[in-house]
Amino acid sequence: MFIIKHKNFFFSVAILLVLSSLFSIAFFRPWNMGIEFTGGSLLEVSYPDGRPVAETLRTNLAILNWTGTQVQETGDTGYIIRTKDLTEQERQSLMSVVSDNSATKIDVSRFNSIGPTIGSELRSKAGWAILFVIVAIVLYIAFAFRGVSFPISSWVYGLVAIVALVHDVLVPAGIYVALGHWNIDVQIDVLFVTAILTILGFSVHDTIVVFDRTRENLKLRTWKEFDVTVGHSIEQTFARSINTSLTVLLVILALFFVGGETTKNFALTLAIGIVAGTYSSIFVASPLLVAVEEWQRKRESKHSKKK
Amino acid sequence: MLLLAGFGVGYFIYIGQYEPENAFAKFPFKYGLDIQGGTELVYQADTSTVSASEIGQTMDALRDVIERRVNLFGVSEPVVQTEVANSLSGAPLQRLIVELPGVTDTQKAVELIGQTPLLEFKTERPDGSEKTAIQDAYTRAQDILKNPDLTDELRNAVLASDPLLSQDPAYVLTDLNGSKLQKASLIFDSRTNEPKVLLTFTDEGRKMFADITRANVDKTVAIYLDGAPISTPVVREAILDGNAEISGSFNILEARELVGRLNSGALPVPISLLSTQTIGATLGESALHSGVKAGLVGIIIVAFFLFIWYRIPGLVATVALSIYIAIMLAIFKLIPVTLTAAGIAGFILSIGMAVDANILIFERMKEELKKGKDLSDAMHDGFARAWLSIRDSNISSMLSAIILFWFGTSLVKGFALTLGIGVVVSMFSAITVTRTFLFALGTHGHGKVVKFLFGNGIR
Repeated sequence: MFIIKHKNFFFSVAILLVLSSLFSIAFFRPWNMGIEFTGGSLLEVSYPDGRPVAETLRTNLAILNWTGTQVQETGDTGYIIRTKDLTEQERQSLMSVVSDNSATKIDVSRFNSIGPTIGSELRSKAGWAILFVIVAIVLYIAFAFRGVSFPISSWVYGLVAIVALVHDVLVPAGIYVALGHWNIDVQIDVLFVTAILTILGFSVHDTIVVFDRTRENLKLRTWKEFDVTVGHSIEQTFARSINTSLTVLLVILALFFVGGETTKNFALTLAIGIVAGTYSSIFVASPLLVAVEEWQRKRESKHSKKK
Repeated sequence: MLLLAGFGVGYFIYIGQYEPENAFAKFPFKYGLDIQGGTELVYQADTSTVSASEIGQTMDALRDVIERRVNLFGVSEPVVQTEVANSLSGAPLQRLIVELPGVTDTQKAVELIGQTPLLEFKTERPDGSEKTAIQDAYTRAQDILKNPDLTDELRNAVLASDPLLSQDPAYVLTDLNGSKLQKASLIFDSRTNEPKVLLTFTDEGRKMFADITRANVDKTVAIYLDGAPISTPVVREAILDGNAEISGSFNILEARELVGRLNSGALPVPISLLSTQTIGATLGESALHSGVKAGLVGIIIVAFFLFIWYRIPGLVATVALSIYIAIMLAIFKLIPVTLTAAGIAGFILSIGMAVDANILIFERMKEELKKGKDLSDAMHDGFARAWLSIRDSNISSMLSAIILFWFGTSLVKGFALTLGIGVVVSMFSAITVTRTFLFALGTHGHGKVVKFLFGNGIR
């Protein structure tokens, strides 16, 4: 019952987190977007015989006269070079600059060039995907909980799950945008969107389990009061919520520390999202149900008083 | 039985991986480009000259042509696929995606595909206002371009200023093009011994060519290759057998090269390069190694955690988890699922989620035990009660996996697919496998030791 009693405190923490995330998202513009979304090229090369000084490379690249070219060291012998999106001819001139007209030996680890059309297309695709996931989940929850429309409508469960979900997505997004502001490697790319979409799934997964217990207890009518029922439901699922999140978190941390470079930021986003998701499903979603129920009761009693 | 099946699946994977001569090795893991290294090229097809109902066919023809071209080059297991990208405004865009595993030389790859010839047939433009308009535009442009002081940029600007200049005053495009070509062959003129190229059309092409020649007796029909006329023969009579000859100014070598290029395919529509991705083999290899390592470390930590916290059931869950992993790997091999770095991440994540169902069941069992039920009842009720939660939460995960798959690019698709399969398989492994094992161990004990072994946490 501890959680229900102090629900306002937990709400404030959540609101604070969401507000600072929103602040971060609004403040750290322009966001550090990956080339998948903006269009552009990325070349990662390594110099097996030792790399030239970054300044030399920058000066040489300046001859090409492209705007926004960035050079960044990677590993012990390599560079990552970001440029505008390149045609095949431009790519070849880039290669000859980087290899000093084939005088220096280079190994190309990867080269990506993405045209602006694909970039904007992906942006809208990502937006739609997030929207569709949200709508599908609300519909499903409202459907799954249709049997328990008392004392609050089954739609409320769906909407509350969405509130929790918004919290779970905004917090990692805010932190990620802030990290991206200082670190060029933390970019908003397709994997970030994937991570966000996964968090959507996980957040609801987590919230549903608690709701499910509430549903069961409501049917069994173990406790008379709605807030007591919800409180006990949280307590009963508490160990499960923590343990599940812990196992997922353990695996993600393994992915973060041992896994490849490409999935590092991905694992980080997921880890933040899962911690946020666990917090919201225990301390926000179900207490919010109680808050809605209280608010409904107050309104009804006011109505009856007027009559 | 299940244990045996699990071992069987595991053995199958092991054998396939380490003993290449074995029959099971027919099903290798399929890795994405980001792991095995290679090049991905995305092209935009210009289908503006094709009627809407024929776009599908044209794109299929384009794919076949590029596929032949790529196969000629000797790349192992290339993937050539078409994609329709829906832009929010306007007509859908036709894309062609070419994946070349092992090719890290982008220039070679682009040339390999770009060289394909575009074969077009054109008929004489009838005299009339249209023709004079184009001719006038040409004369005007020529007058301006005579000025020697013009820079190249200005010249290009002049050429781009009038759309009429992009049209040929003498010829108009017909529907007949390289996609209607069945084959090309090298022949020699029986009188002059000059080399000639014989074009044989498909059934559809034959009818079109017959119509074109019938309508243009005593006129010329121009054959264009890559936008330039290579032959403009005069039609003497309607040609009904579907054979056209290109004769003229080439030697044997040139004629043979042309036959080779035409046979490997003429592009039905022009294409332009949109994006390039090349991943070196070393980078991919390290991505795979670290992915596998992360998976192993993750599994060990989770198994350790399960055993400490849930004891005997935890052990059972670990066995169930191993069987889950074995099944998943077998599915990856059999379907086969292309494994990318993101896909492996999805799989690792699904390992974490697979445990969730077990945790739900065990926590529920613990509660029932607390209520004073005996072990077997507690197990039954634990499973029954946890089922609803497992179902609902997994359906929501499935929903997001499906939507991810629907909307995703290839990167996201790999992730969504492994996660989605993972959710389905984990429901099976967590419920069926764990249940069978727990009931097989099925003690009816009340003793303290049993309670400890089946209990959990610090209590």
